[in-house]
Amino acid sequence: MDIVSASAIEHPPAQEHHHTAPTGFIRKYVFSLDHKVIGKQYLGLGLIAVCTGMVLSWIMRYHLAFPNKPVPLVGLFAPTFAAGGVITPEFYLQLMTMHGTIMVFFVLTTAPFAGFGNFVLPLQVGAEDMAFPRFNMMSFWVTFVAFLVLVTAFFVPDGPPLSGWTAYAPLSAVGKAAGPGQGLGQSLWVVSIGIFCIGQLLGSLNFIATTLDLRVKGMTLARLPQSTWAWFITSIIGLIAFSVLLPACVLLLLDRVAGTSFFIPSGLVVSDALQPHSGGSPLLWQHLFWFFGHPEVYIAIVPGFGIVSTILPAMCRKPHLGPRVLIACELAIAGLSYMVWGHHMFLSGMSPMSATLFSVPTLIITIPAAIITLLWLGTIYGSKLRINTASLFCLGFVSVFVTGGLSGFFLSQPSIDTYLHGTYFVVGHFHFVMGVAAMFGIFAGTYYWFPKMFGRMMSETLGKWHFALTFIGVYATFMPMHWLGLAGNVRRYSSFPSDYMQGSLTLHRFITFSALFLGAAQLIFLFNLLWSRLRGPVAPDNPWEATSLEWSTTSPPPFDNFGGRHPIVRHGPNEYGVSGPRGDYIMQTDPPVVGAEGA
Amino acid sequence: MQMRIVAGVGLCALATMALKPSTVKSAGGTVSGKVTFTGTPPHMKPIDMAKEPSCAKQHATPVMNESVVTGPGSTLGDVVVYISAGAPASTPPGAAATFDQKGCQYLPHVLALEAGQKLEVKNDDQTSHNIHPMSKLNPEWNKSQPPGAPPIEVVYNKPEFIPVKCNVHPWMHGYFAVLNTSHSAVTGSDGTYSLAGLPPGKYTVTAWQERFGTQSQEVTIAGSETAKLDFVLKATEY
Amino acid sequence: MFAAAVAIIAVVSAAVFAAHIWWLPPDISKLGMRIDGQIAETMVFTGALFVAAQLALATFVWRSTGRAGAIRIFPGGPMPLVALASIIVGMEVLSLVFIGTKVWSAIFLAPIEANALHIDVQAGQFAFYFRYAGPDGKFGVPHPELIDEGNSNFFGLDPKNDTAARDDIVSASLVVPVDQPVLLTMHSKDVGHSLFIPQLRLQQDFVPGLVIPVQFTATGIRKTEIVCTQLCGLGHYNMRAYFEVLSKADYAKWLQDQAGQ
Repeated sequence: MDIVSASAIEHPPAQEHHHTAPTGFIRKYVFSLDHKVIGKQYLGLGLIAVCTGMVLSWIMRYHLAFPNKPVPLVGLFAPTFAAGGVITPEFYLQLMTMHGTIMVFFVLTTAPFAGFGNFVLPLQVGAEDMAFPRFNMMSFWVTFVAFLVLVTAFFVPDGPPLSGWTAYAPLSAVGKAAGPGQGLGQSLWVVSIGIFCIGQLLGSLNFIATTLDLRVKGMTLARLPQSTWAWFITSIIGLIAFSVLLPACVLLLLDRVAGTSFFIPSGLVVSDALQPHSGGSPLLWQHLFWFFGHPEVYIAIVPGFGIVSTILPAMCRKPHLGPRVLIACELAIAGLSYMVWGHHMFLSGMSPMSATLFSVPTLIITIPAAIITLLWLGTIYGSKLRINTASLFCLGFVSVFVTGGLSGFFLSQPSIDTYLHGTYFVVGHFHFVMGVAAMFGIFAGTYYWFPKMFGRMMSETLGKWHFALTFIGVYATFMPMHWLGLAGNVRRYSSFPSDYMQGSLTLHRFITFSALFLGAAQLIFLFNLLWSRLRGPVAPDNPWEATSLEWSTTSPPPFDNFGGRHPIVRHGPNEYGVSGPRGDYIMQTDPPVVGAEGA
Repeated sequence: MQMRIVAGVGLCALATMALKPSTVKSAGGTVSGKVTFTGTPPHMKPIDMAKEPSCAKQHATPVMNESVVTGPGSTLGDVVVYISAGAPASTPPGAAATFDQKGCQYLPHVLALEAGQKLEVKNDDQTSHNIHPMSKLNPEWNKSQPPGAPPIEVVYNKPEFIPVKCNVHPWMHGYFAVLNTSHSAVTGSDGTYSLAGLPPGKYTVTAWQERFGTQSQEVTIAGSETAKLDFVLKATEY
Repeated sequence: MFAAAVAIIAVVSAAVFAAHIWWLPPDISKLGMRIDGQIAETMVFTGALFVAAQLALATFVWRSTGRAGAIRIFPGGPMPLVALASIIVGMEVLSLVFIGTKVWSAIFLAPIEANALHIDVQAGQFAFYFRYAGPDGKFGVPHPELIDEGNSNFFGLDPKNDTAARDDIVSASLVVPVDQPVLLTMHSKDVGHSLFIPQLRLQQDFVPGLVIPVQFTATGIRKTEIVCTQLCGLGHYNMRAYFEVLSKADYAKWLQDQAGQ
């Protein structure tokens, strides 16, 4: 019975319950210590945020296609910012800033990492909860407060900031002289992001401790499922990245409210007034921000790698090709992500010498990224692929990741960036590789783990429609942005005055219609979530015939995850396409099978 | 019944609005005169509007910088002349003062209005303007007005000379002269002004020019006569 | 279904790129064609990878869906793929870096040419102003505290005390003679801005507190636009200026007209 190999971890798994199941509504659903509830809370926050961000993008797209025409309904909801529904240039930038900030921080960081990670990671390592449940609860509520603070900016007199999600100084640092929203709105933004960093630092620490310390007997690092590896790597990236952004936000806030000059040089004349600052450097903010900002891209996308690499083998009924190579590539990407931030700054005025230094590691990242893509293709090759919504979103992920990754080849070369920097090419690139790919990871994860979360299956018919329309909509929306960029169309313009880029208006209209179509397709998803939660067929414990630990408990799992049992792991997560007593797969907790012993 | 009362109140309001200026003007004396300058005024350069073709094509000849407007005989335009002390308390007029943006210029360049009076900012251009009155005593605001957007309405309650700029078009600069009185005038390029309807009394009359500063003189009105009061401001070249 | 959709999307997208339906505007600079060459090479390489990867995905999905029989492991396991990716992408990376570094240094690391026409550029919310030294060939010293846009003193010059400043020519358009090396010294009066002239393949940020030199030589007579590409506030979308390349004679005449104003 105990043929646990010598490679098993030496310390015993968590012996005692961290806490007993709460009974009151508040402790159960609101201030809950249960990682499963916290994971759902993060996903709920992500859902609210993504809907908000999407509506903001619709208004922007409508305005770009029909400049100076009132946008329907906007005049009713935002009379102070858009009188009669006509979008002012500053309101466009305010929408853009909030769209970017909400999407990057409150969707792409919370959902794939904090949301799914919280729900699934402890289950996959066999733990009863996170290592620090109270920190975990704090992490969510701190993030929630950050979201509230950010959204408050919509309700202050001059509205939200207009300096973009990158908040470049000194535009973000000199206060309201720099424009509407740069007063209280920008301060709220800085405070919100600072608070958000604290939440993510708490979360990252928790993920690292849980992965390292709470694995059950037999769960060696090599036997961790790909998704847990990805969350583990992501939390290391996050720990370093957010601990740089937090002090950067503090310095920016001091520049704004305490009269310091970290990011403001002397002799600036803003709105006819000489600024009382001297000695700061705008480039310092860019360095600090992008030292966080580039790893942030991987915080958004690496969990997607993990989710896809977990779902693909289950749907292909085939072991993942080169699982260790995949982890090595993710680690390489994580390491390299700290050496490339300067590629956002080729034209920023830093020494032109440094461009090559930042360009080379950026281009080198394409090698592990290419290897990961080939491993996915090699996994699909010769498999027995089951087409369902979860697998479709994984396949879609591979497709959009390739598309978005390849356009990165252009932007990582300083000489080409001389032309493409600041154009829609960049917008197309990061929406594919960071926005859409990460969203596809979120969708795949939702369709895959929904049965485990709620004990009900999602509708496959609705799901497949959702995928088909989303996949087409994504390409129709974001692919033409590359063409706009090549033609020299500049981003962050609320309209194209007089004779500049008038020829691009047709393509802009096309993109707007696709974006509205893409948005409408998401209503199917929302309906599917709601309908399946209430009316979906009851889910079995292991609907996908998958191997990892979360599928060995009930759907949904009990409060302590495994009902008082301590699962013992005897196999790797990659045992597909074998012949075992269950069929063509062996679960991680299954007794040893002669001839099919896993890693 | 209710309708009729409302209509009645409305009529009364209309009547008072229509009557007030005339009742003020019909009686009392007048102060009038001319504003001139001594010294060399700065050389006014043409404004390069190339950045905004829709405005540039509205002007057959280049528009000159308007910070100093002069006429033949050293007359000085865009000078605000107003009663700075001695005027009886007045209620602000009901009619709104209008500040227009046309051809990427402010019409008028200097707008005199009374504290508490409604101010209406219009955009008659095919491009977005941004109106940024940089007030210190009154609340500061900064708003864009795309073509087709409704007029922006605002009320200033404290007297102040407020520089106004368009952030989008750096050459567009103007002033709101928010005054404590309805007795004010802005000179044309011929430098003349006239303040009518002053009840008998002793007044301080002040002239203000955005670059050359202010100058005050005292005048006494006994009845319905017209008092002559000229101002000579000292011009500086740089 | 999925396989067909991916294949169609890949082919159509690649065809639009290949047909140059939306493409860079004609180049009128001395170094621009080297950037265009770099873009073309990257386009061929990434285009080939794009189509190959999407078609491979489509084919594998099409062949694998609902397949009966035993699974087939990818021939040779992961290592040949690792080698393939490392070699193909690695070689391309090396060649791109090799060529690209030369192009980049030709633009941004070249020594300043002795006969370059020096133009001082100031960006501010939300316009560019270009300053020529005037007949005396000397620039007046800018003083930020003297900047007064209402009086057209965009650079904060002090003509009262600084004689070099009196004849400085300030223009809202960048006008240069053809085939003449031009040196721009770029500085900002308030926040970050960027100068982008697509036809010159030239883009450079303005950084408050820094004076950044940039050189170019325009080779074609043309009037085109300069736009700002760094988010600088509410008027960012309208921060633009004209860029005019004139023949040497026309340029001399233009300069004379400006000096007379």
